[in-house]
Amino acid sequence: MDNFIAARSQMALSLGFHIIFSCIGMVMPFFMAVSHFYWLRTNEVVYKNLTKAWSKGVAIFFATGAVSGTVLSFELGLLWPEFMKHAGPIFGMPFSLEGTAFFIEAIALGFFLYGWDRFNPWFHWFTGVVVGVSGLLSGILVVAANAWMNSPAGFDYVDGKYINIDPIKAMFNDAWFSQALHMCIAAFVATGFAVAGVHAVMILKGKNVHFHTKAFKIAALFATVAAVLQPLSGDVSAKDVAQRQPAKLAAMESHFYTEKSASLIIGGIPDVKNKEVNYAVKIPGMLSFLAHGDFTTEVKGLDQIPADEQPPVAITHFAFQIMVALGMIMLSIAVLYFIALWKKRDWLQRKWLLKLFAMATPMGFLAVEAGWTVTEVGRQPWIINGIMKTADAVTPMPGIQYSFYLYTAVYVSLAILVVFMLYRQIKMVDKLYDI
Amino acid sequence: MLYVVIAFLWTAILLYLLLGGADYGAGIIELFTSENNKAQTRKTLYRAIGPVWEANHMWLIITIVILFVGFPDIYSRMSINLHIPLTIMLLGIIARGTAFTFRHYDAVVDDMQHLYNKIFAYSSFVTPFFLGIIAGSAVSGKIDPSATDFLSAYIFSWLDWFSVAVGLFTVTICGFLAAIYLIGETDNEKEKKMFVSKALRLNIAAVVCGGLVFIAATLEGIPLLEWVFGNTIGLAAIIAATLSLIFLWYLLYKGKTGMIRLLAGFQVTMILFTTTFRHFPNIVILKNGGYLSLLEHRGHDKTIEALGWALLLGSIFILPALFYLIYSFQRKRIDLH
Repeated sequence: MDNFIAARSQMALSLGFHIIFSCIGMVMPFFMAVSHFYWLRTNEVVYKNLTKAWSKGVAIFFATGAVSGTVLSFELGLLWPEFMKHAGPIFGMPFSLEGTAFFIEAIALGFFLYGWDRFNPWFHWFTGVVVGVSGLLSGILVVAANAWMNSPAGFDYVDGKYINIDPIKAMFNDAWFSQALHMCIAAFVATGFAVAGVHAVMILKGKNVHFHTKAFKIAALFATVAAVLQPLSGDVSAKDVAQRQPAKLAAMESHFYTEKSASLIIGGIPDVKNKEVNYAVKIPGMLSFLAHGDFTTEVKGLDQIPADEQPPVAITHFAFQIMVALGMIMLSIAVLYFIALWKKRDWLQRKWLLKLFAMATPMGFLAVEAGWTVTEVGRQPWIINGIMKTADAVTPMPGIQYSFYLYTAVYVSLAILVVFMLYRQIKMVDKLYDI
Repeated sequence: MLYVVIAFLWTAILLYLLLGGADYGAGIIELFTSENNKAQTRKTLYRAIGPVWEANHMWLIITIVILFVGFPDIYSRMSINLHIPLTIMLLGIIARGTAFTFRHYDAVVDDMQHLYNKIFAYSSFVTPFFLGIIAGSAVSGKIDPSATDFLSAYIFSWLDWFSVAVGLFTVTICGFLAAIYLIGETDNEKEKKMFVSKALRLNIAAVVCGGLVFIAATLEGIPLLEWVFGNTIGLAAIIAATLSLIFLWYLLYKGKTGMIRLLAGFQVTMILFTTTFRHFPNIVILKNGGYLSLLEHRGHDKTIEALGWALLLGSIFILPALFYLIYSFQRKRIDLH
C-alpha cells in the first residue's frame, strides 16, 4: 500500500469511526431529555429508568467519541501537515469555537451523569439539555470546517500564497449551512432509527415490553420526523453542490456529458472507460430540475472537467445511490408510521411495523457513511477544492501503512467492544431498569 | 491579542499538566498499588475523577487547537518529526479513556474488568511518558527539518536520553500530583496513610528523575543547567518551588489536606514556568540551531485576533461552569457507586 493511499485510508477510517459516535453523542441527549422530562412531570418510574439506561449507553459512546475526536485533531497534522500549515489559520475559527462547545458538553455531561439526586431536578434536567445543545453546536462547527474544504472562502490565493485571510468569512462559507443542516438531520435519522430499531427488536422478543415501548416511541418520533425533513435538506444540498462543485455532482450521478434536459440516473453501474451507465433507470430532464430547478437547464458533465481533476466516479456514484436509496426506505417507514399514528392506530400493535423498524436499525448509519463518502471522495483530487490537491498535503513520513494497520486493529477492537457492551446493557435491562 | 493567545496556550498546557496530570497519576498509582488494596483505591479514584475526567482532558484539545490555528508552522513541524511519539500518545489516550469508561459502565461485572483495569493502568503510564518525551524533544534540538533518512528525521528527533528522562520525570510528577490530591479524597485512615507513603515515594522519584534529566541533558550537550540556573527569575522560581516542597511536607504532617494541593500545584507551575521562561518566545529548538517562535511563526493577524476573541468568549462560558462542576462534586462527596 503506498503512503498516500494509506494516509487517506487512515483518515477515512478515523472519520468514519468518529462520525457514528458523534452522531449518537449529539442526538441521544435529546431523547434522554424527553424521557427525563416525562419522569419529572409524570413521576412514572419507567421514564427515570429509561433515562438512566440510555445515559449509560451515552457515557460509553461519548467517551469513545471524545477520544476518537481528540485523535482526529492530531491526525489532521500527522497525516496532512502541508494542508494544516496553510489551512489551519484560515478554517481554524470553527475549531476554536468547537473547543468551547465540546468543553461545555463535557462539563454538562459530568453534571448530568453524576448529578442524580444531588441537584435540583430541573437543574439536572437542564444540564442534560446543555449536553445535547452543545453537542449539536460542536457538530455544526466541525461540519462548517469541512464545508470550507468544499467551498474555500475567506482568503485570496495569489502565486501560491494565501493572503487577505478572514477567518470569519471562511467559517461562513457558501456550503456551511446546507452541509450542517444535512448532517444534523442525518444524525437524528441515524440515531433515531438505530435506537428505535434496537427497542423494536426487544418488543418483538417480548422482553420488558412496557419499558421498550416507551423507549421506542420517543426514538421513533425523532427518527421519522427527521426522515421526512431529510429529503428537503438533501434538495438544498444538491442545488448547492450543482453550483459550487459541478464535478462532484457529475460523479454522484455518473453524468459524463454536459447536456440540457439532463436525465436523473437511478442506480446502475457506471462504465468509466466507455463513459456510460449500464442497467440504470433514467428520468429525462429530472437532473436538470433537481440541480437547477428547471427541466431544461444545462448540467455540466465530467467532459468539462480536466481528467486529472475528476473525482473517482464509481465510488461517488455508488455511495450516493446507496445514501438516497436508504433515505427513501426510511422515508417510507416514516410515512407508514405517521399513518399509523393518525389514522390506523391498530397498526401500532402489528408486528410488521416493528419488524420494519428492526430491519432499518443500521440503515441510518449506513446512509451517513455513504453520504460522508460522497462529500469526501466527491471532492477528490482536491483537499481544498480547486486550491490544493490531497496528494500535495500528505506527510513526508514513509510507512504510514503500518500506522493504518494499527489504527484499523484498534478501531475494529473498539467497535467490537462497544457493541459487546451495548449488548450487555440491553441484556441487563431486565435486572436493572424494569422494576 | 497575540499575548492573550500565548497566555491561553501556556495556561492550557499548565492546566493539562495539573488536572490531566493528576488524572493520569491516579492510574499510575493504581498500577503501583498492591493487589489487596487495588479495589479500594479504584473506588476512591473513581469518586475523585469520575465527574471531571472528561473535562480534564479538554485542555489538551484547547492546546492543540491554539497551536494549529494560531501557530500552524509549529504544529505541522511537530506533527511531521514527532509523528511516532504523538501516535503512541494518541493510542494511549484512546485506550485509557475507553477503558476507564468501560469499566464503570459495563452492565455486567465479570472477568472483562481485569482487561479494562490492566489497559487503564498501563496506558495511564505510557501516555504521560510520551507526552514528556514530546515536550523534551521540542527543546532538545534534535528535530532536523532537512533530514532525509528515516532514522534521523523520525526516530532520533525524539529518541534520546534527555527526552526519555523528561518522560519519566513527567510520569513521576503526574503520580505525585495524584497522590497529593487523593489524600484529601478519602476518609479511610489506612488508605490515607497509603496515599501519603505513595506521595513520599513519588516525590523522591520525581527528584531522582529530575536529576536524571540534568544528567541526560549534560550527556546530550543540552545547556539545561544554564537555562534553569543562569538567570535570576528561573533561579527564584526553583528556590520557591523547593521551599514550598518543605512547607508541603510540614503541612501534610499537620494533616492539612486542602493546602497541600495548592502547594503541589504551585511547584509544578514553577517547574513549567522555569523551563518555558528562558526560551520564550521559542517553543521548538531545531537541530541547525534555528527555532520556531511564537512571535515569528504565528498565523495571520486577523486569525490571531479572531482566535483570541474565541478563547476569551469561550472562557466566559467554560470557567464558571468548570469551577461549579469541581466545587459541586467536592462538596457533595457521596459514594458514587
